[in-house]
Amino acid sequence: MDLVIERAEGLYCPPGDFYLDPWRPVDRAVITHAHGDHARPGNGHYLAAAPAAGVMRARLGGDIALQTLAYGETLEHRGVRLSLHPAGHVLGSAQVRLEHQGRVWVVSGDYYVSGPGDLNDTCAPFEPVRCDCFITESTFGLPVYRWRPQREVFGAIDAWWRANAEAGRASLLMGYAFGKAQRLLAGVDAGIGPIVVHGAVRALNRAYEAAGVALPPTLHLSEVEDRRVLRRALVVAPPSVHHGPWVRRFGDASDAFASGWMQLRGARRRRAVDRGFVLSDHADWPGLQRAIAATGAERVIVTHGYEAVMVRWLQSQGLQASAFRTEYDDERDDAQEPRGADDPAGEPAA
Amino acid sequence: MRRFSQLFDELDARTATTAKVDALKRYFAEAPDADAAWAVYFLAGGKPRQGVPAGVLRALACARAGIDDWLFEECYQAVGDLAETIAHVLPPATAPSDVGLAEWVEQRLLPLRELAPQQQAERVARYWDELAPTGRFLLTKLIGGGFRVGVSRLLVQRALAEHAGVDAKLVAQRMMGFTDKAARPDAARYRALVAAEGAGAAAPSGQPYPFFLAHALDAPLETFDARLGPPSAWLVEWKYDGIRAQVVKRAGRTWIWSRGEDLVTERFPEVEAVAQALPDGTVLDGEILAWKDDRPAPFALLQRRIGRKALTRKVLADAPVVFVAYDVLEWEGADVRSLPQWKRRQLLEGPAVATVSPAVHAATWGELAALREQSRERGVEGFMLKHREARYGTGRTKAEGTWWKWKIGPLSVDGILVYAQAGHGRRASVYTDYTFAVWNRAPRDAAEAQAAIDAIAAREPAAPGALQLVPFAKAYSGLTDEEFRAVDRIVRQTTVEKFGPVRSLRPTLVFELGFEGINRSARHRSGIAVRFPRMLRMRADKPLHEADTLAVLEAMLGE
Repeated sequence: MDLVIERAEGLYCPPGDFYLDPWRPVDRAVITHAHGDHARPGNGHYLAAAPAAGVMRARLGGDIALQTLAYGETLEHRGVRLSLHPAGHVLGSAQVRLEHQGRVWVVSGDYYVSGPGDLNDTCAPFEPVRCDCFITESTFGLPVYRWRPQREVFGAIDAWWRANAEAGRASLLMGYAFGKAQRLLAGVDAGIGPIVVHGAVRALNRAYEAAGVALPPTLHLSEVEDRRVLRRALVVAPPSVHHGPWVRRFGDASDAFASGWMQLRGARRRRAVDRGFVLSDHADWPGLQRAIAATGAERVIVTHGYEAVMVRWLQSQGLQASAFRTEYDDERDDAQEPRGADDPAGEPAA
Repeated sequence: MRRFSQLFDELDARTATTAKVDALKRYFAEAPDADAAWAVYFLAGGKPRQGVPAGVLRALACARAGIDDWLFEECYQAVGDLAETIAHVLPPATAPSDVGLAEWVEQRLLPLRELAPQQQAERVARYWDELAPTGRFLLTKLIGGGFRVGVSRLLVQRALAEHAGVDAKLVAQRMMGFTDKAARPDAARYRALVAAEGAGAAAPSGQPYPFFLAHALDAPLETFDARLGPPSAWLVEWKYDGIRAQVVKRAGRTWIWSRGEDLVTERFPEVEAVAQALPDGTVLDGEILAWKDDRPAPFALLQRRIGRKALTRKVLADAPVVFVAYDVLEWEGADVRSLPQWKRRQLLEGPAVATVSPAVHAATWGELAALREQSRERGVEGFMLKHREARYGTGRTKAEGTWWKWKIGPLSVDGILVYAQAGHGRRASVYTDYTFAVWNRAPRDAAEAQAAIDAIAAREPAAPGALQLVPFAKAYSGLTDEEFRAVDRIVRQTTVEKFGPVRSLRPTLVFELGFEGINRSARHRSGIAVRFPRMLRMRADKPLHEADTLAVLEAMLGE
């Protein structure tokens, strides 16, 4: 018997009678991470990794029935032994390990694996988990997606910010409010100038800080008394502010977008920003291959992203591969604004 | 290459013109002259001949990346550009270098053509291994002969002018012929571009002038009087559909330059003969046209002639060309571009030096509009309106005076979107290339049309004689980015089948399509081929059963 199958409500574990990141309301939902397309409102019971608790409650409401597990801690439910393991994607993101009658399946959710030494400093790093069947995401499942070392990317962001500050103009850096924004804040050289954050980002910063993640001091616009401060500032905001009234107060700011999609020239040009920084919280192509190999799984099921490509590639590598059709956001590029991007509750990550 | 890559990244990223000019100026200030010469050449549209065929580059990239061609194809479909796909799939560089642009081009790129395929592959693989992704992308573009960047020639001229502290018009003139296929940029030619004014920068003897370009006039006739004043203030001529050219006669020699600034003297011996007869110190601006039966022949005939390598007697007889002059830029050795249009026209008509584009006279715009209706029969595209006081400007400016092109409206039909394919470049991964169909006959009513649509959605083949849609044109321009995004969403929602990169759709959208000409074609299923099809607008108001029919297209053939 397969430990995870597709159902109309979402991915389902038959022996355990619970769902994983369901897209329709169910009684029992195991949540890999708190992005809006994976953690939806309306479920009876939620189970998530302990570090995710703050963000889960901030987004889904303080009154949800939420049970948490520390990474590695196990739980028995109807003969299924369940544990959560870090995925490196955002604060509290987890892979779900399911063990039943000697067989082990792992559902990855979204995860970040890139070059050696490239870690997301705002959450626990991806941990390979041995299994028989690995259910993997494939957001960047094409060989053209290969991330540069992140110190290089942050070096480029710092250089851009420094040059703008010297020229007396603000640096508007856009990235998704949950996950990307905090990673940006943790990665830049906060000595260059003041950092201003959008309200949506600030709400999540609090959850990160409460979970013990160190972030540099930031200002909210209302706290900026002397407007001249803005001319040296790095402004971190969700993409939905682009071309809107909120950014007009920064005058002739230089604008930039940080996302894995910025790897391709076409996507950069469609965004129409001064700079596109290629920084993703998802695995790149080599990272996907490395992560899959590290599980030792003989069977791989591919979800949201380039499923068909990955399935054919994995089959050519001698693995048993197939795809699940999910309803997680798998926008193949950024041409469309993500749903409610400045509303922290409805925002996919890239 | 590192410096040129950085310049490219800046030009590619920045949207503001001043930022682009600043980036160019920084580059010119830092780069050695020999490198800057090549940079100007490429940025201004110069293209070296293809060094290695695209297929060879692709196969080599697959081998280096350790991927199969199907996977490369998937990548290419997502990226929308061959060179960029190659740049990204290759493993990271292991032997970074910092060789200058001139050395890259002269020592490495240009010699590739002469090598055996095996050697080509070895060298290209080695070169890729020296470069970061942008460098690889540029190198591959240059090798493949497809380099383009989002700066206009005018912008490059402006940056050079500001860098050198000379007048932009002078730079423009010095740059004429800089990107000619036969030319090879070097440090000396670059220094001549940026030399101080009057400092030994004498133009090479065959150099033409920058072309003055017209703006499209797209306003209702009623507004003409208010906007343009009376027709008597304008020189009105027919607008020809040929090859814009300058004929230069100096010191007993002749040169013919196309608007692409290629020297085409040998391609058109008939025009060269005309030029020979001109007095020394004359430069004429005009149009090269294929000419038959006392009128311009369709552009297709001229195109066929351009495509021929050898100008045999048969080619010359099948597509004879003429040069129709409409302006004089140099007269008796002096630059006369700052004379008003009417005065230049006098010079042109004076001693009967060449065939002159006839002036059209009418008292009112209404009369001209009526005459303009004859354009199709006359084989022209409408009228040119040149202000009688206009000086001859540089490029598409209005500072010196105005030229309008007042073209006839396109033919148009309402077609139904049936297939879509993702675009390239900026439109990669967005469905922007569309195929349109008309009904094979008029639907009896909305219900019959709906039944035909349902059959398509259910993938049922149409019964013989039944109502069906006949594809007749492809178009990919005419919509705004926002409209393309809206159509892209509908394409994704209404996909019936995927054939490689092409999606067949359940028809839901009607578009008004415009095109310049229409001919019978045995190669198209509809039996019809249209020229320059494009989307004029989405017809959200139009139900599918009211889209046009094949009979409407056939009536336009005018046979």
